[in-house]
Amino acid sequence: MPKFVELWVYLSATPLFGLTMTLVVYVLAQALYARLNQAAWANPVLWSVVCLASLLTLTGVDYPTYFSGAQFIHFLLGPAVVALAWPLWERRAALRLHWRALLAAAVVGGVAASGSALLLGWVFGLPQAVVLSLAPKSVTAPVAMGIADKIGGIPALAAVFAVVTGMVGALSGKVLFDFLKIPTDAHGWMARGFSMGTAAHGIGAARALQVNADAGAFAGLALGLQVVLASLLIPLIFRLF
Amino acid sequence: MQSLQGLAWLLAMQSLGELLSRGGALPFPGPVIGMLLLLLALQWSWVREPVAACARFLLSHLSLLFVPVGVGVMTHLGLLGQYGIRMLAVIVLSTWIGLIVTVLVLKALKKTDHA
Repeated sequence: MPKFVELWVYLSATPLFGLTMTLVVYVLAQALYARLNQAAWANPVLWSVVCLASLLTLTGVDYPTYFSGAQFIHFLLGPAVVALAWPLWERRAALRLHWRALLAAAVVGGVAASGSALLLGWVFGLPQAVVLSLAPKSVTAPVAMGIADKIGGIPALAAVFAVVTGMVGALSGKVLFDFLKIPTDAHGWMARGFSMGTAAHGIGAARALQVNADAGAFAGLALGLQVVLASLLIPLIFRLF
Repeated sequence: MQSLQGLAWLLAMQSLGELLSRGGALPFPGPVIGMLLLLLALQWSWVREPVAACARFLLSHLSLLFVPVGVGVMTHLGLLGQYGIRMLAVIVLSTWIGLIVTVLVLKALKKTDHA
């Protein structure tokens, strides 16, 4: 028994532990999600986060130790943002055709998501640093962290808000769109997907991609546009006030 | 080999983006500039093919990449205990507002597009 404890203490402190646990838990969550016909409530990000956080709490491994391994996965968020150039390129014909409508929707939708978060945060009496961390919540996590840092928010908190935002979008998008009677024809999928990418970034786009290929592509497009617009507009607006 | 080449392109563009962002004090984060540079470079097929292979793989597993930072929720349990319900309410409501506004703008503009 003492030997096992020693081994555990050794293993749980190496980067191998955090990296392996993240992949194993995610692969299991993904398998369960597939088994449940990709039901929105079975979202693999949500359940991976819940499982890993519980696991770390139960085993007494702290977050920095876990992250020493998980950072290898986290690092790929940067190249993934660069990779968004691909869906943008792929849909360049549709982009050229509908660029006015899409750009208008990206700007108005982005301002609505960010502005309502700031306003509601202020109305609900949240501390200023928390409110500022809410501003970039509809942008993918690595970019949200950079924006929060620039405007005086807390980067780690901004990343968490972005992840929760993505999960909320992935869980409730379809219900909202059905309620609003958005059709499921070509234009309908474009609008649904684009809306998911605008308000719920990568997690919303991942969900959209599983529901419909076109919706997924437009979600990727919206996510890429939102990354550019938010990095430009949010710090600019904060500099003016 | 092709996706490895693609990864090299992604990392090179990100590095170039970081250099321009820090060096030129540009308002965009490094990866965003990298994305714009790559978009320009994609018109050449010798860039496009390797990048497509790597981007497809990376983007199809995009949700995995959010897990490590999501687990970071546990480091903010103090703030969450104090303001958790209110923060969640703000996030849920503003996400719905963002989703609804975007989809309705597109629906409205679609009609004028065809007229």
